[in-house]
Amino acid sequence: MNVCTLKIDGVEVVGTAGETILDVARSNNIEIPTLCHLDGLSDVASCRLCVVEVAPSGKLLPACAVAVEEGMEITANSDRLHRYRQQIIEMVFLERNHVCSVCVANNHCELQDKAAEFNLTHFDLCPVNPRLEVDATHERFAIDHNRCILCLRCVRVCSEVEGAFTWGVSGRGLDTRVVTDAGAPWGESDTCTSCGKCVQVCPTGALFEKGRSVAQEKPRRPFLPYLTDKAGVPA
Amino acid sequence: MTETSPPAGRSPRVTANVCQAAGCVSLRSVELSKDLGDRLQKAGVTDAAVKRVGCLGLCAEGPLVRVPETGQLFSEVGVGSEAEAALVEHLATADPTREPRPKPSSFFASQVPIVLENSGLVDPEDIDDYIARSGYEALTTALTEMTPAQVIDQIVVSGLRGRGGAGFPVGIKWQTVAKSTTTDHKYVICNADEGDPGAFMDRSVLESDPHRVLEGMAIAAYAVGADSGYVYCRAEYPLAIKRLKTAIRQARRKGMLGQNIGDSQFNFHVEVRLGAGAFVCGEETALIASIEGQRGTPRPRPPYPAVSGLRGRPTLINNVESLANIAPIIRNGGEWYAKTGVGRSKGTKVFALAGRVVRTGLIEVPMGMTLREVIFDIGGGILDNRPFKAVQTGGPSGGCLPAEMLDTTLDYESLSEKGSIMGSGGMIVLDDTSCMVDVARYFMDFSRDESCGKCIPCRSGTTQLRMLLDKIVEGNADMLDLSRLEELASMVKATSLCGLGQNAPNPVLSTLRYFRSEYLAHIKERTCPAGVCAIASGEAKTS
Amino acid sequence: MRQASPKAPSDDKRWRMIDARIRRLGSSPDALIEVLHTAQEAFGYLDPETLAYVGAALGVPPSRTYGVATFYSHFTLKPQGKHTCVVCTGTACYIGGARGIIKRISQDLNIGPGETTEDKRISLLTARCIGACSLAPAVVFDDDVQGKLSPDDVMTHLEQL
Repeated sequence: MNVCTLKIDGVEVVGTAGETILDVARSNNIEIPTLCHLDGLSDVASCRLCVVEVAPSGKLLPACAVAVEEGMEITANSDRLHRYRQQIIEMVFLERNHVCSVCVANNHCELQDKAAEFNLTHFDLCPVNPRLEVDATHERFAIDHNRCILCLRCVRVCSEVEGAFTWGVSGRGLDTRVVTDAGAPWGESDTCTSCGKCVQVCPTGALFEKGRSVAQEKPRRPFLPYLTDKAGVPA
Repeated sequence: MTETSPPAGRSPRVTANVCQAAGCVSLRSVELSKDLGDRLQKAGVTDAAVKRVGCLGLCAEGPLVRVPETGQLFSEVGVGSEAEAALVEHLATADPTREPRPKPSSFFASQVPIVLENSGLVDPEDIDDYIARSGYEALTTALTEMTPAQVIDQIVVSGLRGRGGAGFPVGIKWQTVAKSTTTDHKYVICNADEGDPGAFMDRSVLESDPHRVLEGMAIAAYAVGADSGYVYCRAEYPLAIKRLKTAIRQARRKGMLGQNIGDSQFNFHVEVRLGAGAFVCGEETALIASIEGQRGTPRPRPPYPAVSGLRGRPTLINNVESLANIAPIIRNGGEWYAKTGVGRSKGTKVFALAGRVVRTGLIEVPMGMTLREVIFDIGGGILDNRPFKAVQTGGPSGGCLPAEMLDTTLDYESLSEKGSIMGSGGMIVLDDTSCMVDVARYFMDFSRDESCGKCIPCRSGTTQLRMLLDKIVEGNADMLDLSRLEELASMVKATSLCGLGQNAPNPVLSTLRYFRSEYLAHIKERTCPAGVCAIASGEAKTS
Repeated sequence: MRQASPKAPSDDKRWRMIDARIRRLGSSPDALIEVLHTAQEAFGYLDPETLAYVGAALGVPPSRTYGVATFYSHFTLKPQGKHTCVVCTGTACYIGGARGIIKRISQDLNIGPGETTEDKRISLLTARCIGACSLAPAVVFDDDVQGKLSPDDVMTHLEQL
């Protein structure tokens, strides 16, 4: 086995070839925040919360997607990174409509947890306040786009685990949406197997089981045996 | 594609090279070349030829016609214009052996054409014309007299750096791809997704001398061990696409592309792939996704395309201008190329000079020339004798430099030191009628629109930056907003996934650096010094 | 394992153009963007039927076909007017007065960028840069590039289309 030694936040740690910075950090109890990452799914490095500083270039790289190398010196937590992460979380809140008090995922939401963890008590900037739709045409599930953070876990689990390819991504930029099939209502999808994996992996209350009211949607990730729950499940 | 030519075996006394690049074509230069042919025939002139060529450079004064034998350039030659009559007269009577050659105008005098050496001289739709001007000589030399390693050595020695913007040494990129092992294919991709607004260098090169780019690709493929390639071109460039496809067909027929090129063991196939209107596809990994038929969203690097690129295979990606430099480097040697330029920036750079400057068009200058020389000597200064305010280079990833920086030399290091970038070669001159906050907002609007939406800092951050800039130009911002703007810009720059997001704040940061007073005027006095922004009332808001 | 290629939705000979393109590119998912270009050229826009057909022929799931068609600004899912008027908003055109041109067209024809007049005669579009910076401000009427235009010139051109 190919072993390499590196330093994360001054601590000397050991990793094996193929492991990411995030893997090694977590197995050494060094906390690096994530949102889009979920063990068992491919990494897209899109939330940017896990960016760490890699010496000597000082460039910020996503810990979830960069493999460890011998002699790396990594800063995973610093004032600068903390501030950036705080701003990134604020950016997520500003682009859609996240109102915890009326959300099915209240108290079980990874975004909410991150906001608390980073002490985000108010916004400095203006929310975009888009008017987004809720698609409740599926007989068991629904999606509220107002709460979607575009982590694309649903898209990944649907293709990589379920193999249905029902969920996709449409549009671009701020108009990016997750969609079922060619944009038709979820209930009309003929590729959806109604497996519910997308609902299980959703970090917020965007995807939920019908019939649940405020604070009742709790991800049941352990039901998905191929996805370990060591990452991302709210305490 | 000669409209009229003298009887076979006799070379014409004079030739009218009529520009057929997009700028002049839109001014009816295709009709002009037909009309010139008719008029010459009617006038009984049999020893003058009319030839369709690529860009003659001075796009603002088109349609352009050059008579290479006498060195005369005719501008604004509309069909039926006086200029056309004068041209016909010149063609009928000029005697190149006696005619004194005019001194080249200041637009051309200090240019050094390497990339554009054939531009305006060869017929872009005729491979034989290209071959007559040493075309495909470099490829043949490489295949018959050089090993792939020797080819790469020459590129390394030349010091050529990527002309797409980032300035990565081309030779080193080639070495990496050459070293990468694979079980089957390697690819060479020509990045012709020239997306910067205000940049048309690559379009002109493809329209004027497409074989040059294909030859560069074939040499690159030989050097790195690739057997197939793609030209990824913007769909917005229909003429460039058409000429490129024609060139590929002709090169295949001549045995310069395809199987056993030049009777060697080397095979190389090229296809054109069209972009579909996404600026982000200029980024290497997004470009690859697009060629693979997917949404053009970038992925984190490493792994770099040189190791794992198109379809997971080692892939070399160079832009049009980089590849157009290859044939002359191989023909004349890397050392010859390195003689031009300054410091770590060797050779020449093509710029698309546009904006509020007297002579706009396509120019090629040696690295190390100053901005002042380009704008005032070549460009002829500012329109209507207005004061110069700023020059924007590098498009939405670049910056604006003020008058105090006019003596900055054009090389990668100097420009980035001053807070701008070389970029792909767009150069827009601004005068006092432009508001720099408005210009910053324009570019932020561009980046926001073109953000692919994958990563949060770019998707939501550019939106917020744009909203803050809106607030400033509308006269609704306070000083706190200005510090928010700066703080947000630094976050987006540091944490975005790809170059689009990482560079999107540059226009804001550079205008804040050099034109901070304009921001302050909008915020504190609620006025727009240039009178561009519509600020509702002059009253100061309490904040 | 490839499914049998789907049958074209109708006898319209434009489907044959699309089929030919698909065959030339080897019916692989790689070819999606190229085939969508061909389809849009043939029909003027991409309707759900076309997307479904192209996706099925290339073995691309509907969610992916739709994702690609909506990502790229060149593709349009709505029918366009008889004529298109593309105003370039590149930097040189922007500082040269493109804003005024768009404003004038919007006012006179009562359409915004991306919209089509009620009589389906003219669609107003904008482009990020058509590379005709020396002719700024430039507008493309159907496929014809015109430069150095004033808002009045543009309206005259539009009337003559």
